[in-house]
Amino acid sequence: MPTQKEERVVFTQAMRKTHTILVPQMAPYHFQFFVQALKTEGYKAELLLNDDYALIEQGMKYSHNDICVPAMLVIGQFIDAIKTRKDHDKIALIITQTGGGCRASNYINLLRKALKKARLDDIPVISLSAGNIESNPGFKMTTKLFLKLHESVMFGDLMMGLTNQIKPYVVSLDALKKAHQEIENLFEVYFEHRPHLFGNRYRRHAKKIIHLFNQIPVQSLGSKPKVGIVGEIYVKYSPLGNNNLEVTLEKEGVETMTPPLYDFFLYSFDSTAHDIKRYGGSKKLWLVYKALVWYIENRREKVRKIIAKSGYQRPISYRQLKKGVEGFIDVGTHSGEGWLLTAEMIDLIHHGAPNIVCTQPFGCLPNHIAGKGMFKKIKKHFPQSNIVAIDYDTSASQINQLNRINLMVSNAFKNHAVKKED
Amino acid sequence: MIYLKPLRVGIDIGSTTIKVVVIDQQCHIIYKTYERHMSSINAAVSVLFKRLKETFGLQTMVFNFTGSAGFGLAKKIGAKFTQEVIAATQAIRFHRDNIDVCIELGGEDAKIIFFDGLNIEQRMNGTCAGGTGAFIDQMASLLNTDARGINTLAKEHQQIYDIASRCGVFAKTDIQPLLNQGARIEDIAVSVYQAIVNQTIGGLSQGRKITGSVAFLGGPLTFSDQLRERFIKTLKLNDVFVPQNGEVFVAFGAALEAKDLVFDVDTMIERIIQYQLEYGHESHNRKQPLFSSEKAYTLFKERHSQNKLNEVKITDYHGKAYLGIDAGSTTSKMVLIGENQELLYSFYAHNHGNPVQIIKQALEDLYINLHAGITIHSAYSTGYGETLLKHAFALDGSEVETICHYHAAKHFKPDVDFVIDIGGQDMKCFTIKNGVITAIILNEACSSGCGSFIETFAESLGYSIEKFSQLAIGAKAPVDLGSRCTVFMNSSVKQAQSEAALPEDISAGLAISVVKNALYKVIRAHDIKAEYGHNILVQGGTFNNDAVLRAFELETEVEVMRPPIAGLMGAFGAALLAQNSKQNTVKSQMVGIPELENFSYRTKRAVCKQCLNYCPLTVNIFSDNTRYISGNRCERGAGNNQSFEHLPNLYLYKYDKILSYQSNPNHKYALTVGLPLVLNMYENIPFWQPFFDAIDIRVVYSDRSNKVLYETGQDSIPSDTICYPAKLVHGHIESLVLKKPDFIFFPNMPYNFLEKDHGDNHYNCPIVAHYPEVIDANMDHLNLSSFLKPYVTLNDKKKFIDSILHALSPYTRVTKKMLNLAFEIGMKSYFDFRKDVQLEGEKALEYVIENNLNAFVLAGRPYHIDPEINHGIPRLIRSLNVVVLSEDSINHLANQDAVNVLNQWTYHTRLYDSAKAIIPYKNISYVHLVSFGCGLDAITSDEIKDILESNGKLYTQLKIDEISNLGAVNIRLRSLIATRAKEDR
Repeated sequence: MPTQKEERVVFTQAMRKTHTILVPQMAPYHFQFFVQALKTEGYKAELLLNDDYALIEQGMKYSHNDICVPAMLVIGQFIDAIKTRKDHDKIALIITQTGGGCRASNYINLLRKALKKARLDDIPVISLSAGNIESNPGFKMTTKLFLKLHESVMFGDLMMGLTNQIKPYVVSLDALKKAHQEIENLFEVYFEHRPHLFGNRYRRHAKKIIHLFNQIPVQSLGSKPKVGIVGEIYVKYSPLGNNNLEVTLEKEGVETMTPPLYDFFLYSFDSTAHDIKRYGGSKKLWLVYKALVWYIENRREKVRKIIAKSGYQRPISYRQLKKGVEGFIDVGTHSGEGWLLTAEMIDLIHHGAPNIVCTQPFGCLPNHIAGKGMFKKIKKHFPQSNIVAIDYDTSASQINQLNRINLMVSNAFKNHAVKKED
Repeated sequence: MIYLKPLRVGIDIGSTTIKVVVIDQQCHIIYKTYERHMSSINAAVSVLFKRLKETFGLQTMVFNFTGSAGFGLAKKIGAKFTQEVIAATQAIRFHRDNIDVCIELGGEDAKIIFFDGLNIEQRMNGTCAGGTGAFIDQMASLLNTDARGINTLAKEHQQIYDIASRCGVFAKTDIQPLLNQGARIEDIAVSVYQAIVNQTIGGLSQGRKITGSVAFLGGPLTFSDQLRERFIKTLKLNDVFVPQNGEVFVAFGAALEAKDLVFDVDTMIERIIQYQLEYGHESHNRKQPLFSSEKAYTLFKERHSQNKLNEVKITDYHGKAYLGIDAGSTTSKMVLIGENQELLYSFYAHNHGNPVQIIKQALEDLYINLHAGITIHSAYSTGYGETLLKHAFALDGSEVETICHYHAAKHFKPDVDFVIDIGGQDMKCFTIKNGVITAIILNEACSSGCGSFIETFAESLGYSIEKFSQLAIGAKAPVDLGSRCTVFMNSSVKQAQSEAALPEDISAGLAISVVKNALYKVIRAHDIKAEYGHNILVQGGTFNNDAVLRAFELETEVEVMRPPIAGLMGAFGAALLAQNSKQNTVKSQMVGIPELENFSYRTKRAVCKQCLNYCPLTVNIFSDNTRYISGNRCERGAGNNQSFEHLPNLYLYKYDKILSYQSNPNHKYALTVGLPLVLNMYENIPFWQPFFDAIDIRVVYSDRSNKVLYETGQDSIPSDTICYPAKLVHGHIESLVLKKPDFIFFPNMPYNFLEKDHGDNHYNCPIVAHYPEVIDANMDHLNLSSFLKPYVTLNDKKKFIDSILHALSPYTRVTKKMLNLAFEIGMKSYFDFRKDVQLEGEKALEYVIENNLNAFVLAGRPYHIDPEINHGIPRLIRSLNVVVLSEDSINHLANQDAVNVLNQWTYHTRLYDSAKAIIPYKNISYVHLVSFGCGLDAITSDEIKDILESNGKLYTQLKIDEISNLGAVNIRLRSLIATRAKEDR
């Protein structure tokens, strides 16, 4: 066994009662539900909402300057939040750990290093991963918690998808805000119930959510050009990472389309299974991951049906998504977002959003392959595609990003007008 | 004249200039202006509108804005805006409809538009490659001329140097040493243009060929025929379109697009005034002022004026004197000191591209001031031009600059813990414990040039550096300009300008940025006090700027010491060393007045033909016919007789060894496979060649890497920020295509060999794992049906055979049994190779110990043995009489414990292990070779540093890219050896 490796602070059984778990904001549509899930499972949890400039400074100070922006911002958000609180002995941090050949798998270690530098290393850090890479006596991935997290992602995707579709057309933004608030309240009640592995309550819940959206007055739905957002997982979803891209685009007068977060998790599980098959490994593990993908897809499919019935755009299934990438990139490409990134671009083109912002942290390795590396091939097959790659970095000037986004949006409007004439 | 219909006005506000075009109903240009807006865009726009009013009176107009800095303004005043590339496209379409490609270079951005029937593809450069026009301006000031002057110089060129083209900062890193080695400035001027051409092609063509009719737009391409010439020659163009009014072309495009909103000029002026009132000082991302009050500044000034140096008038001094000369990257300095280190004479001037000439003048001036009572006993040089000056003026000695700076610092503050020096180009830091340097930190290319950036920027605004830094003192809300590199800083400054930030806030912001760059990027300290101690000395010309000094104190929360000769410390240190040198008992051998009068020198280009690297040499020939050769990578090029070829050098050994795996020339094989000599193939060739041999397939390799090979593939590189080893793959594949093998084999290998039982995993980095996919998607020349990129692993025989069998099935009817045997043969060969390298490593280690030599572990990836990737660093090290070990030759000697990061990459594990392996050996140092853009090395470098430093060893990192000049590398390695020598003493 390792001898040199430093002992990490574990999250003990006793801390469950005393410690507040700080959750970084990584995807605004989903993480609020994560926190609710944790709370109803008996943890004290708090979503970090600090997003001002001081956070970037802290991130820069306590992480390697060459590290990618997601790591820097997550570390910055944690340390900034910790420094503004007094209860250092009563908090714990939680962070997701994906695994795989990308440096993102190292987030947790980088966070620990940063904490040590800031002399905050007595604060326990919990790793949240499918594979239970690290164990903590006080934090267990129970079936109940798993199901609640699963529903957080699934319903977060639902919220995001519907909001994207109607937000540019609402008569008043207040109505939308009100609906969001009501949905949040719904969850408080919903998560109080014990979830069942094969229960059906989630379908009623989905219908309730959609119903709330249906109450929002809108006009000329679907009339604006559509712009898709793809890219590295953190900068794709986090407004902090992408300089509030969704709002920027909405202000430019387009409708945004951000592909579901769940596909990324399915892709991660599926990749593990794929690699076992291709390069060898435990058959049992293969079966577990395959079953997981099947179970989740089964439930998502039911929600997709409900969405389609209500007249909203039906998201495609994971299997279709994967099929769409055939001939572009091998589905064995698993670094970072891998083939999923290419697949999402292709799906967006099929769904009337050939205008795409491909976001990546400055210097992101996997995106050289599955993002920028695939533009040419995609352009060849889909001449109407209008993709712009935007590098995100704490030191990059916003004007440069805006100028490139503006070029893409200008072309989007031009093509939209031509399409209307046809 | 009053026009019946509204006139159309296009206003293009770019990063440095503002252009206005007015057209009439027939689209004739009836009015145009082009000027630099210096810093204040709003003011410039107001002036322009007033002029429009004078010219056109009450004429109604439709306005349309364009350009990166016009966006915000147009939005706020409710005017129409057209993105600049769209505007350019409109204008091109108007003039000619048969243009295939349009290249537009501006101050900040580069754009390419491909026209292909109705389908138009528009591209802009990535963030990292910004600043074309700004780059030319900076280079011009380096060569002591202006943008126009560079063009004139370039006409007279004889030769073109290879200059890194990734970005302006990298290019500058290549140019500085060339200047200091005496290269002709005409040749440098043209090389600057060539670098821009290469950058544009490499960064923007992304797999599309630039051919057919090409239009050139934008300031630099309109005004400089030599830059156009470089494009035409490089791209072999016959049909080129340079529009009249090219500099206002985009504004013309905007004018064409102007419609709908009709204004008169008065309304526009009113709105701009309103805008200025409302948004004039938008204050996002602003920082605290440097000084809270007038009084705080006075106290600060008083504290720093306490540091004094003993100065004696040269006329009053009699006795021995010692001279120190520092030929820095942008400035030259000279100091004469007396017996008691009193300052007798000092000199400080810009190199203006010719340090030898400047120092000659300085020496002449010194001799005028010198009198019979003073004898110069010894003279030393240091800095980039140290050896050139030593030869030119027959100085008594020279020393690497880090050591000189250290000696100077110690003179002022004997108990110093930490020294930081920020010069024009470089930053240097030392930590000192018990009078011994324990660490030297030097910046790498990315964070270089910060010091001179402030100066160049000040000049561009029309301020002297002194005036500009003084402005910062009173700044109320310094702008945040990030901390990455000067290319990023430049673009942040432009943004701040477009938001109407005041010059003083920009000046203060720049000072803060430079300090942050030093602290967080170079030193990477989060708490200087705790890590390095309280006794800090700051020096270097950049610290003469009070704003930088203050920013440093605020950021570190330490009161530091700035010596009164902060900018002369290198020269002062050299003078101290001259005094301490053995030669000081006799008079210096330095050239005297008569020799100086007759002194002249010329330079000649040559190519070293001693080995296959063909290093370009610059031969300096002095008036007495002595020669000094620079540009060489090893001792052979310098014409020295001293040979170090007997020294073990694992990099050279491995490269030769890999290329010795060749198919039998006398055997008639059934098929031929092409293998590219790239990335992990370098490590896996000992497997693949015997493997293919066993199934009757001949192996041909791509040509050896060189710059020309790289250039043949550069137009299909889709991502400009990717590492150089990956970029080189494109050239290798092109070279294989020409060799017409039956198929080209380049497997995807997400997993590497599992070398340890407890390694967290055994991934390859994403680039190594999946680059074949990029090749497949981007290279037009490649016949995809004969390009095999199977997904394979070498860890599982059965799985391996399955996937290879499938891949090879269209070519050969090889059986599973044959593959089984071939796999065994390949694996044996691979393990034999690994064993052989390890044995060679052990032998080298013994040799080092027996002969008490210095050795470096040059720790990188297997592909770093490629001389085009390592730029001859292994030979350079050898010429310093140092043995070179590789990471994979000694990693097996380490204790195999875990590290503190998720240790999931096979090659990285070797890096950690080789660091651990050298801990017991005092005379072995660790040099980490890192490719620019390697995100994973951001993780490894910290961990390696921890391993080494917790065991009392120095960590040195060399960042390599396309950059081929080894000037900075040389300084770094020699510093490392010099510190080692000190430790021994």
